[in-house]
Amino acid sequence: MKRICSPEEAVRNIHDGASLMIGGFMCCGQPLRLIDALLAQGSKGLTVICNDAGFPDRGVGKLIVAGRVKTLIASHIGLNAVAGAKMGSGELAVELVPQGTLAERIRCGGAGLGGVLTPTGLGTEVEKGKRTVKMEGATFLLEAPLRADFALVKANAADRYGNAFIAKSAKNFNAVMATAARHTIVEADELVAAGDLDPERVAVPGVFVNDIVQGGTHG
Amino acid sequence: MAEDPKRVRIVKRIAREFPDNALVNLGIGMPTMVADYLPPDKTILLHSENGFIGLGPQAEKGREDPDLVNAGGRPVTLVPGGCYFDSAMSFVIIRGGHVDVTVLGALEVDEEGNLANYMIPGKMVPGMGGAMDLVVGAKRVIIAMEHVNKNGQPKILPKCTLPLTARREVDLIVTDMAVIRVTQNGLVLEEIAEDTTVEEVVSKTAARLHLSPKITEF
Repeated sequence: MKRICSPEEAVRNIHDGASLMIGGFMCCGQPLRLIDALLAQGSKGLTVICNDAGFPDRGVGKLIVAGRVKTLIASHIGLNAVAGAKMGSGELAVELVPQGTLAERIRCGGAGLGGVLTPTGLGTEVEKGKRTVKMEGATFLLEAPLRADFALVKANAADRYGNAFIAKSAKNFNAVMATAARHTIVEADELVAAGDLDPERVAVPGVFVNDIVQGGTHG
Repeated sequence: MAEDPKRVRIVKRIAREFPDNALVNLGIGMPTMVADYLPPDKTILLHSENGFIGLGPQAEKGREDPDLVNAGGRPVTLVPGGCYFDSAMSFVIIRGGHVDVTVLGALEVDEEGNLANYMIPGKMVPGMGGAMDLVVGAKRVIIAMEHVNKNGQPKILPKCTLPLTARREVDLIVTDMAVIRVTQNGLVLEEIAEDTTVEEVVSKTAARLHLSPKITEF
């Protein structure tokens, strides 16, 4: 059985300088309660791995606006002007990663693999400082795996074993991020009894999960 | 909001490019408009890189589902025959060559089929999102853009000046003035809009254009 706790308890051990994977795509499927609890908890100097920089007033964007994030690894920051401004001023280091490469680097980290060979980014700024590898006549870029201290993941329902169901397009990065952190916290709208979650619909097997926070539905 | 007739011309022409049973990914902005002009006699499924196939119309007011949005974050619907998946699977589909056609906007395209569409250093650095994977992975890359920029300067160049999204991946460029195919020997002007001339298209294109022996109107 996994620990069931409040958002405040769940984020208590997230220390200054910690690395975090945060699920969600433009706040869809984002663990908003965990982010708010982390904001209140006050840790800073964080490295955040997330698809995007969100919006200034919602989700992961709030952490950036509050100056808690030192490094952001994301595929897109265009909808959060504050992130762009902080990047320009040097206050925020941003590593822009193609979305598919980001997903696969995280999958690679969770799967215990040593790297990703991808054609994406060849001949672009993304290639700078990286090795290329020839395989079966084609050239690929070698991209490093991504792992983190914590993953903050959103689900629609979870049971006490940590098995989680994530609806529709809210799955996005949540499913893969749950696999790649030392400590994974799931914020579930609903906590259900073991056996009440259809095993066929589990997007995150409980083996990856440490803590469960019952979030309740929110928009 | 009335749709810009120039843009309507571009997206209508692009909609004719899709074969029956194609899986298509439409970029944000003008490419999204192509969805309104899909040929009714063909089965075409749209891929949304945030995690599904079967992207339908925007959700009606009051019926939005916070768990179902498009890659621009807007509430949408799923059509029958659609399915959901996570981001890793979404890019297995994209990078693995399972998307038949992608339609994207561009800041610049050049004679080699190089594309720049994701940043202007010092001015606009939003990030590439899924564009780099789409351009590399999709079987066919179609560019939807206005022929010249806001200042009237050509966007089709001998060589891109902005940071590239990908090298040598563009197959077809559709603008409000022309349809241009990218070949190994350079750019071939194949069609011109009904209100322009070959001379005007050539004068507003900085890249060298080969003229197809049979240039038609669209």
